[in-house]
Amino acid sequence: MAYLPNTDADRAAMLAAVGAAAVDDLFRDVPSEWLHPALDLPPPLSEPELVAELRALARRNRPLADWDCFLGAGITHRFIPQVVHATIRRPEFATSYTPYQAEASQGYLQAIFEFQTMVAELYGLAVANASMYDGATATAEGALMAVAHTGRSRLLVSATCHPETLRVLDTYAAGRGVQVTRIPRAGAITDLGAARELLAGGESAVVVVAQPSFLGALEPVRELVQAAHATGAMALVAADPVAASVLEPPGALGADIASGEGQPLGIPPQLGGPTVGLLACSEALLRRIPGRLVGRTTDARGETAYCLTLQTREQHIRRERATSNICTNHALMALAATAYVGRLGARGLEQVAEISSRRAHHLATAAGRRPGYALAFPDAPFLWEFVLRCPAPAAAVAARMAEQGILAGLPLGRVDPELEDCLLVCTTELTTPPMIERFLAALPAAASEARAVATVEAVR
Amino acid sequence: MPDPTPARFTRTHEWARPEGEEAVVGISDHAQAQLGDVIFLDLPEVGARVQAGERFGTVESVKAASDLYAPVGGSVVAVNPRAATAPELVNQDPMGDGWLIRVAVEGAWPADLLDAAGYDQWVASQAG
Amino acid sequence: MDGPGLAATLPDDQRRRRPARLPSVSEPELARHFGRLARRTHNLQQGIYPLGSCTMKYNPAVNEEMAQLEGFAGCHPYQPEATIQGALELMWTLERWLGTITGMDAFSLQPAAGAHGEWTGLRMIQAWHAASGDLTRTEVVIPDSAHGTNPASAAQCGLAVVTVRSGADGTVDLEDLVRRLSPRTAAVMLTNPNTLGIFEREIATVARLAHAAGALLYYDGANLNALVGMARPGDMGFDIVHLNLHKTFSTPHGGGGPGAGPVGVRARLEPFLPTPRIEREGGGYRLDEDRPRSIGKVRSFYGNFGMLVRAYCYIRAYGDGIAQVAQDAVLTSRYLRHRLAPALGTALASDSFHEFVATTTRSTAPRLRALDLAKRMIDFGIYPPTVYFPTTVPEALMFEPTETESRAALDDLAEVVTAILDEAAADPERLHMAPEQAPVGRVDEVSAARHPEVRWWPADR
Repeated sequence: MAYLPNTDADRAAMLAAVGAAAVDDLFRDVPSEWLHPALDLPPPLSEPELVAELRALARRNRPLADWDCFLGAGITHRFIPQVVHATIRRPEFATSYTPYQAEASQGYLQAIFEFQTMVAELYGLAVANASMYDGATATAEGALMAVAHTGRSRLLVSATCHPETLRVLDTYAAGRGVQVTRIPRAGAITDLGAARELLAGGESAVVVVAQPSFLGALEPVRELVQAAHATGAMALVAADPVAASVLEPPGALGADIASGEGQPLGIPPQLGGPTVGLLACSEALLRRIPGRLVGRTTDARGETAYCLTLQTREQHIRRERATSNICTNHALMALAATAYVGRLGARGLEQVAEISSRRAHHLATAAGRRPGYALAFPDAPFLWEFVLRCPAPAAAVAARMAEQGILAGLPLGRVDPELEDCLLVCTTELTTPPMIERFLAALPAAASEARAVATVEAVR
Repeated sequence: MPDPTPARFTRTHEWARPEGEEAVVGISDHAQAQLGDVIFLDLPEVGARVQAGERFGTVESVKAASDLYAPVGGSVVAVNPRAATAPELVNQDPMGDGWLIRVAVEGAWPADLLDAAGYDQWVASQAG
Repeated sequence: MDGPGLAATLPDDQRRRRPARLPSVSEPELARHFGRLARRTHNLQQGIYPLGSCTMKYNPAVNEEMAQLEGFAGCHPYQPEATIQGALELMWTLERWLGTITGMDAFSLQPAAGAHGEWTGLRMIQAWHAASGDLTRTEVVIPDSAHGTNPASAAQCGLAVVTVRSGADGTVDLEDLVRRLSPRTAAVMLTNPNTLGIFEREIATVARLAHAAGALLYYDGANLNALVGMARPGDMGFDIVHLNLHKTFSTPHGGGGPGAGPVGVRARLEPFLPTPRIEREGGGYRLDEDRPRSIGKVRSFYGNFGMLVRAYCYIRAYGDGIAQVAQDAVLTSRYLRHRLAPALGTALASDSFHEFVATTTRSTAPRLRALDLAKRMIDFGIYPPTVYFPTTVPEALMFEPTETESRAALDDLAEVVTAILDEAAADPERLHMAPEQAPVGRVDEVSAARHPEVRWWPADR
């Protein structure tokens, strides 16, 4: 029992002190027929045995470092400076609790204050909170914030948002009796005309759009925000934080709320979690934002100090009338993002965006010229993710590429049947020129083999 | 200077003082002491209607948010602009400069409001 | 190998006009900055952290190392299933371990936190009633001593909260419960032991009453550390549970998260669990999205996998001996209560389990505010207990030492509290000035809230 400091002698002494003859006496309020259930658990492992078992399990996964990775679609394979890992592994940060006692947690409070500043700056908005679980839940809670503020109960959500976000929004809305209407896709982006028509009734609380779209393309955010505001609706932009360093940010385009998946900011993919949800809003929504907020103030001696603030919004005070039920958030992942951005700065983020985008444009042009392949949306401006149309079902092409050690991207048939022959391809600063060469070299054979498989299946 | 007209109190710790056809509304000294430092007031806008006994706003301290219930019904003709920006006025002078709203009273004043002595007795009876 | 740059590919009207105002510091400066912030942050490796309801137990070092293995930390959720079989097996196995520990038939590991698990569970309860054609169940019955997330999660589902009173012994008042139950009741939501650390002895009756009213019984697993391996919510009649892996199963709290809030259910609720589910087929594992009765997705991807690795390690290390955790958690708590009793008294006479509630009003310094005692404890290198919760107890101090505190550490804590109470009796004013030794003095939370400053630089106007 590696993690228990008390010996049997300690236990006996403590039992004697509290006047119990045996440990079961401490559980006398529990009906005896329930005590000591038979558990279907294996016997304990020693630490070396545990390490061996976990290493064996880990070896049965093939991490991104062992692939030529072109897979993005919401989790981006970016370089993480070691100093970011070193920061979040410090026990002061990893093992502490929510900083309710401000005097004992000044350091962490300041770090979260820095995180809030960073998110608000990236998104060009007045206020950011201390983190949400992930991009999808941040977007859902942001949309519900607009419902509360406008008193309207319909969400207009672009079909070009991340599919996981769309489904999470549905679940959040359904519980609250909020109606969700999809704005259809036009090519790789939101159908602006359809959005205007859907807004015309003046019943919508908010328009939700991603920037870039799930298909990698740049959305007409400015026009969508204007259309929303013209009908009394708010605008929420789910914005990639690295992209926000080079794109006009949501706040500058008039958006009221911005959300985002913070994983690209120094957080490993970890099979999709934990990451961090970013959520920012305008000053007018300050008292509606969910979750924790850190504020700057002074201490009894007049020195600068930090504390959790505006807590009357939160569940531990307002209970069923709180702005959200969130309590535990993703503070440690927010700290990783703070360290990452602090190391890179605005210029560093722009360079990451620049390199990723150059690689993507090179690859897109070259791949689109391979026989049978083409860019699905050749006129859509994009950053580092684009849709490649294949001469065979994309899932089959990706499967052939995987045999060559290439994660070619996300086959889009699982998202939209119309895109069954399409791959969503992503490059980053970790996508090296040799990887791109191998990707391009593998395309012809992948197409012919995929076609052959498709033919065989059709014959069957 | 003694009040020209005495305030009357609710059992939920608000007061209302008649001024002609209107009533000035606030929270009691006991209420502000229980709440501690007031940090924020969520009050209705001018023109809003309030109903006697119904919620009309919220007063917040650092660790609590308490609903406000209207002692009288009517329409809001003024909201204390100073208290909105400096909520500490509610602590410093709850029965005076820390008033919250002014209501054009419609209908009769509820009969179950308490005078100052009655309210003090009510508070004492609720303690412990 | 590079294509054209952003200057050429970005439309002019999409380009960011003014760069974000962000710091950019060298690695040594960054390391020193966070080193300084770290020194100003109390943590578990510095001293006892007896925060009631938070289960601040030691976070095993090996679990951290295992979670960093490239094969776990470095995988993408959308890579081919054949290339993440180890991860899927780990999750599939963990679901079953949590099932046997709680007496539930099926688990989903997806919820990101306890409150997220509550909301997921209540959404399933709504779906279950709706599937039975019962659309009138719009209320959740919750005790007055419940954690704030319970009513907030109900509201997040559009359910109304009906509060049931606690009796003099701190447990649910059965007569009041009978009055609160109705054909509108969707669920009764309880922790056991409850927020006061007291076991709900009448839980079987509560279950019978709830079920007779057509409601489901929900178990908030916040306090499972009192019972893990010793007794199971499933045996007590609970239909659905959520667990906080960052409490009972030792994943680090991270200064407020991330945690994980898996949800477990009896078989009849299994079809409603969030998607995807992990299925074993032949010798392998796959993700099943085809779940027509599911409530849908509750977050992106499959859960806080990094935290699941740590919880797996934790359960694997104790294995079928895990009951020792609950036994020591209850024993250390009872011992601390006993040690503190002469100075502090306790709020209720009932037996307490893994945590207990004291109040300064029954202490040797009865006029002392709980807040002042808490702030003074910081000066002694001890993180304060949870204060002013539950709200049903005035000047509450809620202690939960956990099983990873030694007898010596508990003795130290008791001596510090006794010394502070003596100090308060002698010099009542001094404690208002506490803390004296912390990096900052008493923080002015009032002006922070009156004049909110939530970012370094003011926003542009």
